[in-house]
Amino acid sequence: MKAKAIQLLNYSGFSWAVPIVKLASGEDIKQQFTILWKRIGMPFCAIVLFLFLWSVAAKNVQTSLGVLPGPVMVYHQANVLWQEHMGERTKAREFYARQDARNTAILQQNPDATIKTVSYPGKATYIDQIITSLKTVFMGFVIASLIALPIGILCGSSKNVMTALNPIIQVLKPVSPLAWLPIVTMVISAVYTTNNGWFEKSFIISALTVSLCSLWPTLLNTAMGVASVNTDYINVARVLQLSPFKKTTKVVLPATLPLIFTGLRISLGVGWMVLIAAEMLAQNPGLGKFVWDEFQNGSSDSLARIMVAVITIGLIGFMLDQLMVALQRLVSFE
Amino acid sequence: MAILELKNVCKGYGEGNERTSVLKDINLSINEGEFVAIVGFSGTGKTTLINLMNGLIYPDQGEVLFKGQQVQGPSHDRGVIFQNYSLLPWFTVTQNIALGVKSVYPSWSQSEVDAHVSRFIEMVNLTPARNKRPKELSGGMRQRVAVARSLSMQPEMLLMDEPLGALDALTRGNLQDEILQIWNQNRCTALLITNDVDEGIYMADRIIPLTTGPDATLGPEFNIQIERPRDKTEMNSSDEFKKVRNELMTYLMDMGASRKQAGAKEYSLPQLSPVMPRNMQRRNRKAG
Repeated sequence: MKAKAIQLLNYSGFSWAVPIVKLASGEDIKQQFTILWKRIGMPFCAIVLFLFLWSVAAKNVQTSLGVLPGPVMVYHQANVLWQEHMGERTKAREFYARQDARNTAILQQNPDATIKTVSYPGKATYIDQIITSLKTVFMGFVIASLIALPIGILCGSSKNVMTALNPIIQVLKPVSPLAWLPIVTMVISAVYTTNNGWFEKSFIISALTVSLCSLWPTLLNTAMGVASVNTDYINVARVLQLSPFKKTTKVVLPATLPLIFTGLRISLGVGWMVLIAAEMLAQNPGLGKFVWDEFQNGSSDSLARIMVAVITIGLIGFMLDQLMVALQRLVSFE
Repeated sequence: MAILELKNVCKGYGEGNERTSVLKDINLSINEGEFVAIVGFSGTGKTTLINLMNGLIYPDQGEVLFKGQQVQGPSHDRGVIFQNYSLLPWFTVTQNIALGVKSVYPSWSQSEVDAHVSRFIEMVNLTPARNKRPKELSGGMRQRVAVARSLSMQPEMLLMDEPLGALDALTRGNLQDEILQIWNQNRCTALLITNDVDEGIYMADRIIPLTTGPDATLGPEFNIQIERPRDKTEMNSSDEFKKVRNELMTYLMDMGASRKQAGAKEYSLPQLSPVMPRNMQRRNRKAG
């Protein structure tokens, strides 16, 4: 039970919490407290110091929107954003309740009447923006992986393909999302004309921009991994005379998975970074648009709200990374 | 009739001036049902030789014939046991063995495969560890899995590349017996590559030394006429064993010595005598 809990924590990237579990189970208290101090105490001190320096420095920076906000103001704005969200949710619930009541009343009078259901027209809250951003980045990430993995496997298994594609990959790899965005926008506007309501146009534009920028690490890592599979394993596949398909699925891919996941992890990180820029320019709802709108707003709260966004972006990026690390540990055979 | 034949086989690596010829003029003929051992120092091209036989690499000159046909790549008829076991770490013992079985008998149902795999796991005494992964097994157990994997494909010939090289002496002795016993049951042809003369004599009908490289080739062969089943303790006092062992050791030692002489250079050393405390005093007294 305890061993399982510790293993779970280690796998999920919460290894700093392991001493707490050990303390709870009554292991040597002094030793565990030392570890706890090292794992949690030290980072905690660093954070406190950082917040202190931030608040001191911020007071001295005068902008056109007032003094640069310190940690306290940012915390206050975070609360305000949360309250706004909860407020909107209550309003939405009330709206739907009213609508349902109205519709049932109409139906009672005349069962054949056509009724209208309208979705709540209120504005997207901060939490909604976060969810949209996450959806967009996952969409982009999935598209990127679907493109990068097959091409990566192809590049890794054939030197000729790698030599052929290498210049294209190397040239496209360093291109900034801001350069891709206008092209993607024009192409999507021209191609995506069906209006089936599945996806917003701006959503696809941001997602594709994310894909274009984030597929390279996965592609290169997969290619490198496939090309450098231990010769012993390849020899086994040859001696057992596995078919090319079985050789790929049973030998090459399992051997490459750790490297592929490292690539996917970098890709997701890049994608998340690119997304904010893409959303800002594409005006796709999401954290990027939130930052841009607040910047355009220019109220006295704007800077604090943007800082909330900065911290949120950082935290979510960190969480996504931890998620990939956990996945990587799960599939790794070593 | 010879099941495996090597005719004037040469193999080298590299190009131009960098080229080293590893094997030269290898002639070998192995009969059906025979157990042949090849002994040699490490780095003489033993693994190259076995890879030529199993079809992972091709000779630069000469030909490798299996049942009269030129070897065109690996085949299920020739099972291989690699030096470093080469088990797939992401599979369990059962899965590792089943992978080969499914490849040889693609038409078998899952239950047929399972039964077949279980039989061979049983044969190498690994039934309790059947669902473990290679990293959870000891070296000896891993080698047993490798043996079971090769045998489960029911090859006509078994090629073993220093299969017990990485094991401790006790496990090694046990596995030697196990392999012999299994070989005795299946009576396939076996070729063992080893660096242990005693192991070769104990297991094989015929033992052939590989000379040191570059340009390694096979030396004179030694027939071992000791009745099977052989007993290790009895063998130590057997005259036949002693004779073969002495001859073989002498041959290998002489070859090793000649290799060293060819490589040794004469260095002119400066004349130095150590300075001892007593000498110092005497010298000081003389000077004073």
